[in-house]
Amino acid sequence: MDFGPYLMLAIMEGALTAAVLALTASGLALVFGVMRVVNVAHGEFFMLGAVLAWWVTQLAGGSPVLGFLLALCVVPVLVGMLAAFVDMTILKRINYDPERTIVATIGILYILQQVTLMTYGPEARPVAPPFNARIALPWIDMSDGTLRLYWPWGLSITSYKLFVIGAACVVLLGLWALMTKTKLGLLMRATEQDREMALAFGIPVQRIYAIAFGLGAGMAALAAVLIVPIQQAHYLMGGDPLLLSFIVVIIGGLGSLPGAILAALLIGLSDGIISIFFSPTLAKIFATLFVAFVLVFRPKGLWGTGKP
Amino acid sequence: MMSDSKKDCFAHGGVLLFLFALQFFLPAYHHGNMARIMVLASYAIGYNLLFGYTGLLSLGHAIFFAAGLYGSGLAISQFGFSVGVALVIGVAAGCVLSAVIGALALRTEGVAFMIVTLMFAQAGYLTVLYFGEFTRGDEGFVLAHADRVLWGVSLSDQTSKYFSAFSLFCVSLIMCLALVRSRFGKVLIAIRENEERTQMLGYNVVWYKFCTIILSGSISALAGATYALLFGYVGASFASVEYSIYPLLWVLLGGAGTVIGPLVGMIFMFYLIDLSSGVTTAYMLVAGVVLVFLAVFAPQGVMGEVRSRIWKWLS
Repeated sequence: MDFGPYLMLAIMEGALTAAVLALTASGLALVFGVMRVVNVAHGEFFMLGAVLAWWVTQLAGGSPVLGFLLALCVVPVLVGMLAAFVDMTILKRINYDPERTIVATIGILYILQQVTLMTYGPEARPVAPPFNARIALPWIDMSDGTLRLYWPWGLSITSYKLFVIGAACVVLLGLWALMTKTKLGLLMRATEQDREMALAFGIPVQRIYAIAFGLGAGMAALAAVLIVPIQQAHYLMGGDPLLLSFIVVIIGGLGSLPGAILAALLIGLSDGIISIFFSPTLAKIFATLFVAFVLVFRPKGLWGTGKP
Repeated sequence: MMSDSKKDCFAHGGVLLFLFALQFFLPAYHHGNMARIMVLASYAIGYNLLFGYTGLLSLGHAIFFAAGLYGSGLAISQFGFSVGVALVIGVAAGCVLSAVIGALALRTEGVAFMIVTLMFAQAGYLTVLYFGEFTRGDEGFVLAHADRVLWGVSLSDQTSKYFSAFSLFCVSLIMCLALVRSRFGKVLIAIRENEERTQMLGYNVVWYKFCTIILSGSISALAGATYALLFGYVGASFASVEYSIYPLLWVLLGGAGTVIGPLVGMIFMFYLIDLSSGVTTAYMLVAGVVLVFLAVFAPQGVMGEVRSRIWKWLS
């Protein structure tokens, strides 16, 4: 395969990574924006989404389409409810103190991870994709001064991957509409801007916190349900999404949703392209150091409009 | 009636004496455990200086422990240095690394400080994996018995292992006690309690924090180097996020900002995990539950509660 089609393939895979990452990271950004706390257990809600998706498709039995649809509807709601419960029972008690919240969410991380290990087990399990047609992609070849369209071998994407990218766009648009067009979004933005003032105006801040925490975890679970037919469900799968979401949220400016989505695109695409040229470990070293340096020298993120 | 300051010294001296006497009574299994506990408790003491006394929560201390571990481990396995030199190299590695990371991370504060330290530690962990040719990655490498001899005494022998661990713990504890009772330590506590006010009083807050990071990182590296020399195993798991979380857990459990707290937390956690790993493979569940309970119910930890209720003079 020539370099051009190869790059095209990397961009396609990168777009898939970016789509899933944008969903996961916007959940983390939402929680950080509205509640001003860092949820270290975010990756475990992602993992829980994938594991529950496997469980629901097993319950649904034969048809992969039915099972997948069921998982897509049920799993994010379940995980969101669990997260809201965690918020009401634990985070509320420690009064959202930033440092104690980090300690508590590290604890929740281990609890979720280890309970999954005890019940679901250490195996990685696949979920059958609802549809998986291979779509070959054309490439333009320029030789002897004439343009020619041809289908290079190996340059293809599955219909399911295209669906994931599309679905992520739809969900993100939905989130944007929720935040800007609805009453709930208005209340969340009010709480984000000034907690005390929101409280003074009679906004049930406590309930808004629970909803925001649930919604953030639900976004992560949704991303996991979408990716689990491509990547298998495993009890340790939460680490990478957590790290990448952190990177995205920090680079996009802490708590800013549009910034997070832009950064997810940047990271996802560059991840796909960089990992062609460098070893994945080296790429990760650069990525983590990059985040550290962004925080040190540009604490408001690369497009710093977010509040510190 | 003794003065509070004297009581404090006697209490800590008593603990050291007890630990020294303990080796003659303990059965072999717990004898080995206590040696490990004292080394890791020294690591926690290093962590406590930064977190408990200065109020800086680092989520990346594993990189300093690993710097000592790999610094001395590689000095022996790759370059064939003697144990004494390897120990110095390990501590120096931690010292330099903590100066660099400290200088960078101190430009941030609060949550950003935690994430920056976490990211540096993660980069360190990945670097260990990347140079798998020398470090052998997750699998790690073993230092031969013959290489672990200091002044003619084999460090792999039970008694000398306990005694070396005890010496390390003595050094760390006495250093920590002397430090927090000194002028310098009082300034650190002032920074923890009210940073703006300390700055207003004319103290160079950033300089104090910087010195504490170097001190804390060097003690952690000393513990790491000793761990490699006593137990002869060097592996990437010691550089992972877990080993940054553990000292936080031990210190919180035992009581942040108390000299003896790290040891208490370490003993408690070690035996809790030791007992539960006999029952289930998911023993980290215990750590998770303890963390949540600590955050919610006892942010002061065991010795912190003891100090606020009974022995008010404890430092």
